Amino acid sequence: MHKEAAIREPLILGDDVTYTKISNDVLATIEGKTTKSWKVLMTIATIVGLWGVGNILYLIGVGVGTWGLNKTVGWAWDITNFVWWVGIGHAGTLISAVLLLFRQKWRMAINRPAEAMTIFAVFMAGLFPMIHMGRIWMAYWVLPLPNTFGPMWVNFNSPLLWDVFAISTYLSVSLVFWYIGLIPDFATIRDRAKAPVPKLMYSLLSFGWSGNAKAWQRFEEVSLVLAGLATPLVFSVHSIVSMDFATSVIPGWHTTIFPPYFVAGAVFSGFAMVQTLMLIVRKVMHLEQYVTVKHIEYMNIVIIVTGSIVGVAYLTELFISWYSGVEYESYAFINRFSGPYAWAYWCMMTCNVISPHLFWFKKLRTNLAFTFFMSIIVNIGMWFERFVIIVTSVHRDYLPSSWSMFYPTWVDIGIFIGTLGLFSVFYLLFLRYFPVLAFNEVKSILKSSGEKYKNMSDEDFKKLHPVKK
Amino acid sequence: MADKKIYAIYDDDYVLLESAKHLVSKGIFIRDVFSPFPIHGLDPVIGLKRTRIAITAFIYGMIGVSLALTGMWFFSIQDWPMNIGGKPNFSLWDNLPAFIPVTFEFGVLCAAHGMAITYLLRNWTLPGFKAHNPYLRTTDDRFVMEIHPHDNSVSAEDIKALINETCVLEIDEK
Repeated sequence: MHKEAAIREPLILGDDVTYTKISNDVLATIEGKTTKSWKVLMTIATIVGLWGVGNILYLIGVGVGTWGLNKTVGWAWDITNFVWWVGIGHAGTLISAVLLLFRQKWRMAINRPAEAMTIFAVFMAGLFPMIHMGRIWMAYWVLPLPNTFGPMWVNFNSPLLWDVFAISTYLSVSLVFWYIGLIPDFATIRDRAKAPVPKLMYSLLSFGWSGNAKAWQRFEEVSLVLAGLATPLVFSVHSIVSMDFATSVIPGWHTTIFPPYFVAGAVFSGFAMVQTLMLIVRKVMHLEQYVTVKHIEYMNIVIIVTGSIVGVAYLTELFISWYSGVEYESYAFINRFSGPYAWAYWCMMTCNVISPHLFWFKKLRTNLAFTFFMSIIVNIGMWFERFVIIVTSVHRDYLPSSWSMFYPTWVDIGIFIGTLGLFSVFYLLFLRYFPVLAFNEVKSILKSSGEKYKNMSDEDFKKLHPVKK
Repeated sequence: MADKKIYAIYDDDYVLLESAKHLVSKGIFIRDVFSPFPIHGLDPVIGLKRTRIAITAFIYGMIGVSLALTGMWFFSIQDWPMNIGGKPNFSLWDNLPAFIPVTFEFGVLCAAHGMAITYLLRNWTLPGFKAHNPYLRTTDDRFVMEIHPHDNSVSAEDIKALINETCVLEIDEK
């Protein structure tokens, strides 16, 4: 019997936790009736999502001209939203893959909802480059397919094409990773189900999982290797997204720090979104015993670290723009903090650089209401970061005669709000029909990290679990 | 039927693991164990060899890398070299830095999916397949050992007597 060091706080609270109780608590929403609050939220999310779909159809029907883009500002909310959503996705993979490699047991209570967030966020992200093409029915042109235009292939030197490969690999690998973890949990639901329809649904979803020793051995090996593959993948994806900007010669974009800076920013915003979602989920679904204040605190610590990296990156960028002596580069940054978009720049600075440091106070980072508030602030700040990078860099280019401003139209706003709605629809369906926590994994840490067992002496443990009669 | 399978049902993973050690030390061969989550340390006790699935992932990954490089060489160097922004495509070697991201992504794509498909096939788990866990609760809170009398030199009665020395919840035959 090996326990964790006593100095580590327990990850499962309560003296009454048993394997059965963990299943009962997590599966209560699936096995119970649909609640009124879920129906209300689902209705709102569906209406907002449909509004977004309507806007997208309008955009496709009429053209990209319905956005506020102009000759100078060719990328604005579309790409801002794309980068924002991809960034949010990164926390899920970080939690499930990087924390698995580091053997962090606290990941087990949050990896499933975080990965679901990743997948739905990447859906939303992928939408934007597709609709930005204008003629979405030609989206397959990004693939290297044999064609009739003279053998004209895609340009493999272009980061925009790398993005196609990066995002699609990221989405499909995350989906596989998530689903392989879900199979044993679906099997539990299948074996507990009484009504015929859920029984059939979950037996299809669980692929006939039996949980024999060899299957579990393979399961653990596959999880480990997938984590090993997903870790460099998650870093590469946002690095490639940043190269969409960094390899172009626009002042403000053409910098070598972009890849690590974007990755840190992505993790920062992703953890904020996990906080936003988990604080609600743990409360509404009564999972406080499994997603404890300690989990929230750990995530806040990640937010301090990545927020500090982002802060250093902002200041480095600013310093280098002056130190380089390139006047266009310097102007791009002078314009950022004192030009017409200075309000967005300072909003970003306040939200991303100053506010995370409040988490150095233990009182604040263990305060749930404050954490929730901060998670929203960070999400807003990270949206503004992408807006600042994209729009302020292009709206004043080399020719002052073509300087302009960007004003979003109702289609810009509608599509962004719509993706929030669609994301919520997917997330609510996940909460209702999928096991929210990887509860079978949580069971496996009950003895090493559960409060009941941590406070128990070895003698008491042997008394509780006698081996021989 | 003389040769029924013996199932020893436990309510705890630790107790099952220690009991398995006890039975194995008495020379009993445990055919399989069903549990709701992986029991760490069990594989060497019941004599399971380490899975080779990680090696397949490496092979799939290398196939992906070779395919990506061959494809890009054909599309961009051989079939229709383009000169974009004064940066012509001369040879695979010259273009390699620009080809690394796609090579990496495609390698990961093939490794992950190839391994996942192999995993599902080796476990024989695919949509519509029937589960073969002996009791429904083995996916929730029961831990079960499966012992076949014909694997062992001792009789079924002796096996049951040995199991009964441990804190087993129930012994079942079917």
